[in-house]
Amino acid sequence: MARTRVAPDFAVRRDTARCINCKACVRLCANGVHVWDEVAGAPVADESKCVGCHFCEEHCPTRALSIERAPAETTSGGHWTRSAIRGIGRQAETGGILLGAMGNDRPQMAYFDRLVLNAAQVTNPSIDPLREPMELKTFIGSRPDRIEIARGAGGRPRLGAPLPPLLEIETPIMFSAMSYGSISLNACRSLAGAAGEIGTCWNTGEGGLHPDLESCADRAIVQVASGRFGVTPEYLARAAAIEIKVGQGAKPGIGGHLPGGKVTEDVSRTRRIPVGSDAISPAPHHDIYSIEDLKQLIFALKEATRYSKPVGVKIAAVHNVASIAIGIVHAGADFIAIDGIRGGTGAAPSVIRDHVGIPIELALASVDQRLREEGLRHRVSIIAAGGIRSSADVLKAIALGADAVYIATAALVALGCHVCRTCYLGKCNWGIATQDPALTRRLNPEVGQTRAANLLRAWSHEIKEMLGGMGVNAIESVRGNRDHLRGVGLSQVELDLLGIKHAGSPW
Amino acid sequence: MTTRAPAPARPGPAAVVIDATGLHYRVLNERIHAAVAAGARSIVLEGVCGQRYIGDGLEGDLAIEVRGVPGSDLGAFMRGPRIDVRANAQDGVGNTMSDGLVAVHGDAGDIPGHSMRGGRVYIRGDAGYRVGIHMKAYGDEFPVVIVGGTVRDFVGEYMAGGLLVVLGLPGGHGRPPGRANDAGRLLGDFAGTGMHGGAILVRGAVDPRCVGREVAIDPAGPADLAALGRFLPEFCAAFGLDAAPVMAGPFQRLSPRSNRPYGALYAY
Ligand code: SF4
Ligand code: SF4
Repeated sequence: MARTRVAPDFAVRRDTARCINCKACVRLCANGVHVWDEVAGAPVADESKCVGCHFCEEHCPTRALSIERAPAETTSGGHWTRSAIRGIGRQAETGGILLGAMGNDRPQMAYFDRLVLNAAQVTNPSIDPLREPMELKTFIGSRPDRIEIARGAGGRPRLGAPLPPLLEIETPIMFSAMSYGSISLNACRSLAGAAGEIGTCWNTGEGGLHPDLESCADRAIVQVASGRFGVTPEYLARAAAIEIKVGQGAKPGIGGHLPGGKVTEDVSRTRRIPVGSDAISPAPHHDIYSIEDLKQLIFALKEATRYSKPVGVKIAAVHNVASIAIGIVHAGADFIAIDGIRGGTGAAPSVIRDHVGIPIELALASVDQRLREEGLRHRVSIIAAGGIRSSADVLKAIALGADAVYIATAALVALGCHVCRTCYLGKCNWGIATQDPALTRRLNPEVGQTRAANLLRAWSHEIKEMLGGMGVNAIESVRGNRDHLRGVGLSQVELDLLGIKHAGSPW
Repeated sequence: MTTRAPAPARPGPAAVVIDATGLHYRVLNERIHAAVAAGARSIVLEGVCGQRYIGDGLEGDLAIEVRGVPGSDLGAFMRGPRIDVRANAQDGVGNTMSDGLVAVHGDAGDIPGHSMRGGRVYIRGDAGYRVGIHMKAYGDEFPVVIVGGTVRDFVGEYMAGGLLVVLGLPGGHGRPPGRANDAGRLLGDFAGTGMHGGAILVRGAVDPRCVGREVAIDPAGPADLAALGRFLPEFCAAFGLDAAPVMAGPFQRLSPRSNRPYGALYAY
């Protein structure tokens, strides 16, 4: 292709006084930014290829490099942003759809940032979680309408009917769906290992289960998506739970395809399709055109696994999410995962990622509210996803009604991701969103497991501290308990939708 | 391409008989599991009337004969068993099936062979919409769907691998051939849209107007005829048909022009 006319996003600054011409940057940058100039006897940079992943900057032995935003000088004002102008430039050159990765990069309102949590003062004592027990254990699944008690031999009471299967997790944070193929096997190993270490779950995404990850399957939520890649009897049998993927926050209403270039020998083995063939996930499941059809698939999966594990449904947060959630509960789902407009992806049309869907906070509050009103809340667990950045976001989501949250971008950041948002290029310098062996080697799965497990441990500690501060000793006390939340600078409509009072209002 | 081991024979006189009359599918399927656990390798289901998920997730060397009309998702996620249905079947026959054989003596509803990865689905009569949608092949996993009569719109949509055959024979139960649409064609509209692997073989003429843009129509070649030679005799034997006139064709092949139909969609 001819040299692009679109100006670079980043400026690569090299302090020549520090540079020792070691060529590390030339070897390290998978995007081919740094090249060795024989004549000058020094590296030079082609900035147009730089994605701003900061790998060279962090690995330069003399810290000679800094990657900076290129000056965004245009004569136009606020409406015609640099990204709008650049996008048109690239589309004029190619006639193609603009791709994006990771979550929404527009200044979408983060309601989490307008919510504040409560703490106990004087009237009920706060609790010190370092010395007193603090329960984060969470069960995902459906609860029966009532417990049937029967009398056994000698009149001893026993359960009159079996309880539905529940997924037990030690902390209400799980790793969200990321398929092998969209991320590297070392990244999958890191997350699956960390989930086992902490006692939570990871999620296969729709890429099937790689043989190297089978030992971690007892902590895996396996996805059944519209492409049905890798969905075999043992895939279903080994899993801790099954998730039917209907939608994803980064791309509600559309399918996806893993480009044939990324379907390597090993990826092809896991997805059960030929090498080099596009892996296409249709927009809908073609056996689901209605809630009745969804029920049929949920029960096909329950029958296939003899009702031994929870079967849930993942949807994107859209305008009528509460009614959809009601339908999903009636269809027999044991959990609903809701992914908001800030949810991430390995590749999606930017226009859809940035403009379709609603924030998770509003979706969560409305779903929890409607399920309560319909008397169905106990029948299903809610998993919230889409832009969770900290333990505070986790706790706020739980107070808004979630049973647990899914994290994905945060988990990848723990592995080294710098959110350069070019996962779809397949050249992730951090060895995460790539299948290039020279790059995936950079991510040591043992180190990755430790870092991802550390993140879960750290957030769990912080949640315990916040709970202790509120004077409660179990996450259960905060679940759906919006009295623990107050809004700051929100309109009455927003407060009503979130079901909370404005900061300054008493109990 | 290789074929898998032959499916187990149909249930013989030593079969375990389960009366499905009035049973909820969950009860019926538990009885099937219990029979299999007790060592049954051959099961006859009497009085089946709309029970879903028969054979769902079942594995191994096992033959089931269904008397009556089974409900949707017959043989879903199945790997290995053979199911013979002596009547019509509903939607989703062989949905996401891994291996085994389902033979339906009458007609089948929509999406037979949906996302099927291996094994065979044989339908003696006509089938509905989206037959064989998103079938895929890998290594020695090679799914085959053969429809004796006609199919409706979107046959082989997103097809990524395997073999789909439409024969246009007179219908099951001795009926005249069904009509896929008002024009009386073998295929409905939009055949093979999004197809990026595998082949659809059609016995008779194919109207190019009913075929998706990404699909090429050619006379069947020697490799296609060899593939038919592997599966059509089994199909004909399942339904007591004479294979020679069926094999005589002539067959047209629908195949994808590219295995990357959406390769040039994005701005890089
Ligand atoms: S793409 Fe990454 S490694 Fe390459 S120059 Fe830019 S910041 Fe450095
Ligand atoms: S996973 Fe890799 S490519 Fe994707 S945003 Fe993170 S660093 Fe960039």
